[in-house]
Amino acid sequence: MDLIKSVINTLASPTILFTLIIVTFFFIFPLNDWFYRWNKRLKLDSFWTNRGGIKMFIILLVFFAFGLFDENFRLIVLKPDNVPIVGLIFLVAFFTWLSMKQAVDNDVHIENNENVNEYSDPDDKVLTWPDLVYIELIALVLCTVLLIVWSIGLQAPLEEPANPTLSPNPAKAPWYFLGLQEMLVYFDPWIAGVLFPSLMIVGLMAIPYLDTNKKGVGYYSFKQRMMAVSLYMFGWLVLWVLLIIIGTFLRGPNWNFFGPFEYWDLHKLQPLTNINLSEYVYIIWFSTGMPDNILLREIWGILLILGYFLILPPLFAKTWLKNLYNRLGNFRYSVFIILILFALSMPIKMYLRWMVNLKYIVAIPEYFFNI
Amino acid sequence: MDDQKHLEHEQNKPEDAERSTENPEEMKQSEENSTEMKIAEKKEIEPKKPEVPKKKLEKGPTKKRASIGKGSILVEPIKRRSFFSWLTLAWVAFTAATGTFFGMMLRFMFPNVLFEPKQTFKAGYPDDYTIGEVTTSLKEKYGVWIIRDTEHIYALSVVCTHLGCTPNWLQNERKFKCPCHGSGFRKSGINFEGPAPRPLERYKIVLADDGQILIDKTKKFAYEKGQWSDSESYLVV
Ligand code: FES
Repeated sequence: MDLIKSVINTLASPTILFTLIIVTFFFIFPLNDWFYRWNKRLKLDSFWTNRGGIKMFIILLVFFAFGLFDENFRLIVLKPDNVPIVGLIFLVAFFTWLSMKQAVDNDVHIENNENVNEYSDPDDKVLTWPDLVYIELIALVLCTVLLIVWSIGLQAPLEEPANPTLSPNPAKAPWYFLGLQEMLVYFDPWIAGVLFPSLMIVGLMAIPYLDTNKKGVGYYSFKQRMMAVSLYMFGWLVLWVLLIIIGTFLRGPNWNFFGPFEYWDLHKLQPLTNINLSEYVYIIWFSTGMPDNILLREIWGILLILGYFLILPPLFAKTWLKNLYNRLGNFRYSVFIILILFALSMPIKMYLRWMVNLKYIVAIPEYFFNI
Repeated sequence: MDDQKHLEHEQNKPEDAERSTENPEEMKQSEENSTEMKIAEKKEIEPKKPEVPKKKLEKGPTKKRASIGKGSILVEPIKRRSFFSWLTLAWVAFTAATGTFFGMMLRFMFPNVLFEPKQTFKAGYPDDYTIGEVTTSLKEKYGVWIIRDTEHIYALSVVCTHLGCTPNWLQNERKFKCPCHGSGFRKSGINFEGPAPRPLERYKIVLADDGQILIDKTKKFAYEKGQWSDSESYLVV
């Protein structure tokens, strides 16, 4: 029992958890043909069958049932704040499974030159009233009942009146913002709080203009829009939902990491001494002092950032994104790749923080500019 | 079952219409029916209308005018006037409601509580502070930590330089730790862990005439701008 718990605790440490998920992710949601072949070979698409779904559900259920016997786990999971997140885990898993199941199903149909499941002949229509309105009415009634039961059953997690000189420990954002709060750990407030959220919205709005693939309209399909689905799922499941889950269950006092079965020790000591890139360069590698001129001091980081955004896109266009580049054209490709690079900067920065304790690549606190 | 019936009904309707066009008599009937229906509807909605012509007939002199403007001129001025008075009332009510609303909003800006701690205050005598310790007792009231090391006393701001949460002083670990994103600061206020980009700020600290420490929070000293060497940012003891 304790062994299992300590194994899970170790697995939940951010470095291991994130690495595991990133490595397996693109085999489960293949990004290109190469991954797709492996996906088939490893029979990973068996997730998206009825059996696979039931198995996943049982595993999740057993995990939570098992966890509830542990006091620390119970304290976190049953906190009224966190109950919806448990629901969210189940719901996200279910809807991912549901859509992927239909997509994989259709892929088989398409391969056999059959009609997709959503195919309907134009004469076959249903009426808004009563077919749709009845369903809506039932949904409405059920939701109301659920909300009433919920609000009676779970006490609202109210706290003492706000006090500007006393932040609760840990101070957590509302659950839907925990992904943003997690980003704030690795980035300057301007970037994680303003730039990234706006880019996310702009990026989501840009999808219909960037995605020129005409297939897969009106029906579920995975193979016909492999890259689109895979990339989107990465952004959604890993860079948003996973961060919410981490923020809810794995972040404790002083914003330290805690395993799901770990006691939230106020005095847990995690050595986190962080160093800026300029300090690495001038103090550790060159062992000269820091230069006084800000530009000279930060030039390495600035070059690195510029290189990341200016050199990588054409490089990719010439090498393994050649097909995509030809299909999208110059402008679309540029927008697409810049958005992707921004999204990738998140895990990159996380790893840099975990591995080499890098605080900021460009650090100009004098002008509130840090990357 | 219900659905089926409904469907049948829908399907039959257009056929009926077609048939009726074939048969002129039926068409007439159906037209009559529909006009009757319309009348009935009107009656329901505006039962007062039929009274209008009555009034017109009773009063003789108005007949002429009535003939000019399709018969409704006489009655309408009264109506319009009353309508205007209703409109005025509505506008007055609307303005009052909006005014109250904005008034309340304005009132909201000046709460009955004063959150803002005093900006300038006396903080006791230098000897009240032990060497090498962080004094947290003024945090709640004034929003400062007072720290005395071997030669200096300085006042640190309790606002995290990352996003403005209030860090806690952890006595065992001997560091300030922010509960929001985990920034850590040394006793001196220098940031060393987590995302905080700058050290905590220091406040102006001087000795008042009566020998007490006087702290002025309106003047801040930032390390990254080299202001910590300013003689007002610390007190020599
Ligand atoms: S506000 Fe203190 S670490 Fe973010």
